[in-house]
Amino acid sequence: MQMNEPLSNYNLPDGEGHYGPYGGVFVAETLMHALEDLRKNYHTLRQDKAFMEEFSSELKNYVGRPSPIYYAKRLSEEIGGAQIWLKREDLNHTGAHKINNTMGQALLARHMGKTRIIAETGAGQHGVASATVAARYGMDCVVYMGSEDIKRQATNVYRMKLLGAKVVPVESGSRTLKDALNEAMRDWVTNVSDTFYIIGTVAGPHPYPMMVRDFNSVVGEEIKKQMPEQIGRHPDAIVACVGGGSNAMGVFYPYIENQDVELIGVEAGGSGIETGKHAATLCAGRPGVLHGNRTYLIQDSNGQIVETHSISAGLDYPGVGPEHSWLKDNGRAEYVSVTDQEALDAFHKLTRVEGIIPALETAHAIAHAIKIAPSHQKNKVILVNLSGRGDKDMDTVAKVSGIKL
Amino acid sequence: MSRIAKTFHSLKISNKKALIPFFTAGDPSPDLTVSIMHSLVKAGADIIELGVPFSDPMADGPVIQRSSERALAKKTDLRMVLNFVEEFRSTDMTTPVVLMGYANPIEAIGYTDFANLCKHAGVDGVLVVDYPPEEGGELNIQLKKQAVDSIYLLAPTSTTKRMKEVAKTAGGYVYYVSLKGVTGATNLDIESVAKRIPEIKKEIDLPVGVGFGIRDTKTAKSVAGVSDAVVIGSRIVEEIESSPKDKIEENLYLLVSDIRKAIDEPS
Repeated sequence: MQMNEPLSNYNLPDGEGHYGPYGGVFVAETLMHALEDLRKNYHTLRQDKAFMEEFSSELKNYVGRPSPIYYAKRLSEEIGGAQIWLKREDLNHTGAHKINNTMGQALLARHMGKTRIIAETGAGQHGVASATVAARYGMDCVVYMGSEDIKRQATNVYRMKLLGAKVVPVESGSRTLKDALNEAMRDWVTNVSDTFYIIGTVAGPHPYPMMVRDFNSVVGEEIKKQMPEQIGRHPDAIVACVGGGSNAMGVFYPYIENQDVELIGVEAGGSGIETGKHAATLCAGRPGVLHGNRTYLIQDSNGQIVETHSISAGLDYPGVGPEHSWLKDNGRAEYVSVTDQEALDAFHKLTRVEGIIPALETAHAIAHAIKIAPSHQKNKVILVNLSGRGDKDMDTVAKVSGIKL
Repeated sequence: MSRIAKTFHSLKISNKKALIPFFTAGDPSPDLTVSIMHSLVKAGADIIELGVPFSDPMADGPVIQRSSERALAKKTDLRMVLNFVEEFRSTDMTTPVVLMGYANPIEAIGYTDFANLCKHAGVDGVLVVDYPPEEGGELNIQLKKQAVDSIYLLAPTSTTKRMKEVAKTAGGYVYYVSLKGVTGATNLDIESVAKRIPEIKKEIDLPVGVGFGIRDTKTAKSVAGVSDAVVIGSRIVEEIESSPKDKIEENLYLLVSDIRKAIDEPS
C-alpha cells in the first residue's frame, strides 16, 4: 500500500463509510434504515453553524474545555531523555474524553427528536458520560454493561444509577464490552423509533466511527493550537491508548496530514501477547467483520471472536475502530502493546511523581512513553493523551496490591 | 431449475405454502444435527434453514444466542456444518438447505472456497445476516458461479429503494422480518405483514417468506395466508433447548407436524 498518496488531503471515509478495505455497514437489514436516517441527519448537522456552535458552547461551559496541556517535568527528568507532555482529558467533567462524544451524539439525538438514549459500556466511563448527558437533557437512559465489568467497576455503576440511568447487566458471551454492544444493538433494532444509540467508540457501522472521531477530534484540534503556543511547534510523537480507539482517533485525526508527527497507539498486552491473554487487536489480530464494520479482530481460525483480557475494562475489546486498521496498514500510525504489569507500574509512577492518578487505560499510554523516552534527546517532545482519571480504578488497583478497601 | 425454485413451484401447483424451520447446527450436539434435519423433513418441512453458530449473533435474541453458545461449546464450526449438509444430501436429494449465519466465519474460510464447499455439500442458499447487498457483492459473485442462491432479509423499515437493491442480487426467496426486533420476539402484527408483502412482490420476483415472531399454529396459519412461506426459528430452538436429548426428535416432530397441519388447512 502506498503511504503518501491517501494521506495528503485525507478525506476518509468514503460515502459508504470505508477506510480502504475497512469500515462499512455490516448490519442486518433491520438496522439499515435507522443508520441511513442517522447518516443523513449527521451529514446535515455537521455543516449546520448553529448546531456546531451549540456543541462548542456545551464543551466549553459544561465539559470545561479546552483541557490544558501540561509538561510532566518531574516525570521526564526522572526517566531521562525526551520531554513528556500530557493532554489533560482527565480534567473534563466526568473524568475522561468520553464526554466529548456523548455530548455531540446527545445533541444529535435531540435534533432527531429521540427521547431515549441507550449506550454500551466497558469501564463505565462511556456509560457515565451517557448517563450524564441524559440527565443534562432530561432524556431516558439505559446502559448495557457486561456483568463481569459491573463487578470490576462498581463505583461507576453507582454513578450511573445516581444520574438516573438504568444499568442492564449482560450475561451472554464473555460478559464484557463486546457483549454489551451486541445487547445495545438488539435494543436499538427493537426500539428504533424513539431511541438513539450512543456508541462510545470509533467502531460500529458507518457513520459511527466517523461521527465519534469527529466529536472527539476537538482534543487533537486543541493540541494543534496549544503545542505551538507552548513550545513553538508540534510534538514529535503523540501517544494514546487504544481499546476501540476513540481517544486515540480524536488526537490522531487532526495530525494525519502532519507526517513529521509520529502517531503511536498503545494496546492492552494483558499478561503478554504470547500468553494469548490480551486485547492487542492490531498487534495480534487479523481482519474480519464484527459489530457492523470490517476491521482487525481477535479471533480463532474459524472466525469466532475470542475472549480478551486486560486489567483495564475499557481496553478489553476484541475489535478496534476501522480507521485504526487503515492507519496501521498504510503505516501512518504505529501500534504497540504494553502488559498489565507495565501499565500498573506506570499508574503508580505518574501518581507518585506528578500527583496525577491516571485511568488504567491511560496508564498503558504512559507506560509506552516511559519506555521510549530514554532513547530520545531532551529536545524531543512526546505528547501523551491523558484520556481519563483513575478514580474508577481504585478497587482494581487495591485488589492487585492485596489491599481491601 | 434450482432445488429452491422447484420446491416453491410444486407447492404452488398443489396450492400449499412452504414451511421453513430453522435450528442451529451443532445444537445440542453435532452428532444430532443430521437426524434432526431428517425428522424436520418427515414432519413436513419444505426447506431447512441451518444456523451457523457465531460467537456474537447481534441480530438474534437470547434463545438463538444460547443455541449458538451450546453449538460452539461442542466445537461446531462452519466446515462441520457443510459436512452435515453433505451427509444429509446422501439420503435426501430434494429438500433445499439454506445456511444462515454471520459474515466472519465465512470470511475466515474465504469467499471462493466457501462457495465451492457449498456447491460440493449440496447447499442451496446462503443468508448472511450482516451482509446487506452493499457489502455482500464479492460473496454473491462466487455463490452465483456455483449456482447457490443469496437469500436476503427485508424489514418493515426497508424502503422501495432498498427492495430494488435487494432485487438485483437476491435468489431463492426473500425473508421478510415481520417486526422491529430480534429473533424470538413476540409482537408480530399480521395486518402490517399482509400489507407489506404485495409491496415487496411488486419489486422482487421471488417467493416471500415471513419470519421473526411466529410462535404458534395460529400465527403460522395467518402468516401462511398472506405469504409464500412461514419461517420458524426460536420456537424450534426452544423445543431443542427444553427437551431431553433422546426426546428432541420426537418433540420436534410433534411441533412441526402440528404447524404443517395448521398451514395446510383450508381457512
